[in-house]
Amino acid sequence: MFVNNPYRPEPAVIKDIIQETTNIRTFRIVLNDEEKMRNFSFKPGQVAQLSVFGVGESTFVINSPPTRKDYLQFSVMAVGEVTQALHKLDVGDEVGVRAPLGNGFDVEALKGYNIVFVGGGIGMAPLRTLLLYMLDNRQDYGDIIVIYGARSPEDLCYRYEFDKWRDGGINLVLTVDAEAPGWKENVGFVPTILAEVEPSAHNRMAITCGPPIMIKFVLAGLKEIGFENHQILTTLEKRMKCGIGICGRCNIGTKYVCIDGPVFSYEELSKMLPEL
Amino acid sequence: MRGKTFIAHDELPEVLERLSKAMDVWIPTAINDEKYEIQFLPYQSDRLPVLDRQSTMPPKKVIFPQVETLLHFSRKKDENNPFKSHIKLEDEEEVSPVLVFGARPCDVRGFLVFDEVYLNGPYKDPYYAKRRKKTLFATLVCETSDNACFCSAVGSGPADQTGSDLWIIPVDGGYVIEALTERGENLMPEMGKDATEAQVAEARDVQEKVAGLRVGEADLTQNSDAFEDRFSDNEYWRDMAFKCISCGICTYVCPTCYCFNITDEAKDLDGERIRSWDSCMFNHFTREASGHNPRPSKLERYRNRIGHKFSYFPKKYKGMIACCGCGRCIRRCPVALDIRNVVLSLKKNKENVDVCK
Repeated sequence: MFVNNPYRPEPAVIKDIIQETTNIRTFRIVLNDEEKMRNFSFKPGQVAQLSVFGVGESTFVINSPPTRKDYLQFSVMAVGEVTQALHKLDVGDEVGVRAPLGNGFDVEALKGYNIVFVGGGIGMAPLRTLLLYMLDNRQDYGDIIVIYGARSPEDLCYRYEFDKWRDGGINLVLTVDAEAPGWKENVGFVPTILAEVEPSAHNRMAITCGPPIMIKFVLAGLKEIGFENHQILTTLEKRMKCGIGICGRCNIGTKYVCIDGPVFSYEELSKMLPEL
Repeated sequence: MRGKTFIAHDELPEVLERLSKAMDVWIPTAINDEKYEIQFLPYQSDRLPVLDRQSTMPPKKVIFPQVETLLHFSRKKDENNPFKSHIKLEDEEEVSPVLVFGARPCDVRGFLVFDEVYLNGPYKDPYYAKRRKKTLFATLVCETSDNACFCSAVGSGPADQTGSDLWIIPVDGGYVIEALTERGENLMPEMGKDATEAQVAEARDVQEKVAGLRVGEADLTQNSDAFEDRFSDNEYWRDMAFKCISCGICTYVCPTCYCFNITDEAKDLDGERIRSWDSCMFNHFTREASGHNPRPSKLERYRNRIGHKFSYFPKKYKGMIACCGCGRCIRRCPVALDIRNVVLSLKKNKENVDVCK
């Protein structure tokens, strides 16, 4: 038995499941070992390998913030083998967790800045952890704008907590791709709405996550507004197996997304080889 | 400290027999009568070592098995609830000491590349570490390079003793053995009788002769920047990878290729999490569940293989090339792709690039 085996998952139990959209579910889990759960510490943006034993492992961001430790939360879109197996699990079922992995957001460096989050679809998950962390440390950060879009109102995650975000002083700008019955917020793609909101780049950091095509136009839009590369952060996704910089598949040149990322600034990305 | 020893050809089986009582002794041995394929296998009385040529496969699997169990899991029914079960996990057990007898300098160098990633990174790989620390190498000075060999071109050479514990030098009638490390020294009492002065002198001559050889003409160690300059030259990479059929054999025979996959195998309530060799030459290696693939064609995959070995790795690990120059990928490639040609062409302008389509 190895004392420190980074491949060994911690058994954990599913305490709650939330159906976010037709194919996204949020799982709230607690480590079986109470002491390990109590002592578990992580940074917003760090990820976990979730195991469904007999099916395999997959990587997800811990989207609950370290300031709220009743459970660890993961939002899972059913697209592959492990994610579909996760969707078949019930409250009370056991999974394995290897975490925390990756670098996470540097919350200290972000202190004192105004923030704009730009998220699309399931890409809101890694932004949520940082957003809630900032809500819980509201005095440390300036004004916070969240621009969040999805294809339709039913495709927006975390709808049930939007009011709480707004109560916390967040300027929440929601958008969907097309008109929908009863929808009173914006209609249009995220980059279009970003241009309309036009958040000042002064003393502000932009943090974005979403589908690659959205990121591409959001990046162009942010530059247009006046954001420099070092003011833009994103969190990358790659196929991962070990999560600890050994198995060799998530590299972009010399950088491994699992240990050097998943959070990168565009300053860093612009110096890396173009292989996203 | 014992001096050099001598093992006569006909005494070698006895020596291996004795050694194998205390440890697992892996030798390069012929898989069939024709000696067509030479693999490292544990010594048995009916298995003779083949030391006059390079093995088909390197001894990589001795420390990094092609398939290994990372952990066992089993589901136990909840005593109070028939619809619930609990997971029980067990790690793999300890391993016995191992001697690899008859590896070549290139084979051992493969593990030095592994060590940087598996032992010296932010996370230590416990499965690799447990075997690595219990494995000794008795390495043969290499007199039998062929035209696919290029160990001197990647910063090593046919008499490179780095990473070895014992050194084997072929002389008239047998082998002279020399200890290189303390652990090797501890095995010297088992390594035959004391060598005669004449044998020691002959061994010194052989060692000096081989150490003076340059295997592989060009220098392939200074290509990090050339690779980066060439990275976005899709035409170059399309030409270089043109013949490649993405079979992956280059990665399987490679002593330095260390990438792996992790999968679960389960039956009923019990199963294993296993890791197995994987290949960056396969499409699925980087393909994500969404369907997005950062290396969607063989162009990007072949580029990554070259980049990893000759640019990314030396940039990360003090200039060390993640290639030991053993030449196995050249000998085994079904379409005769030659990695030396690709690396050498990095610095050439378009007109002079040698593409054998």
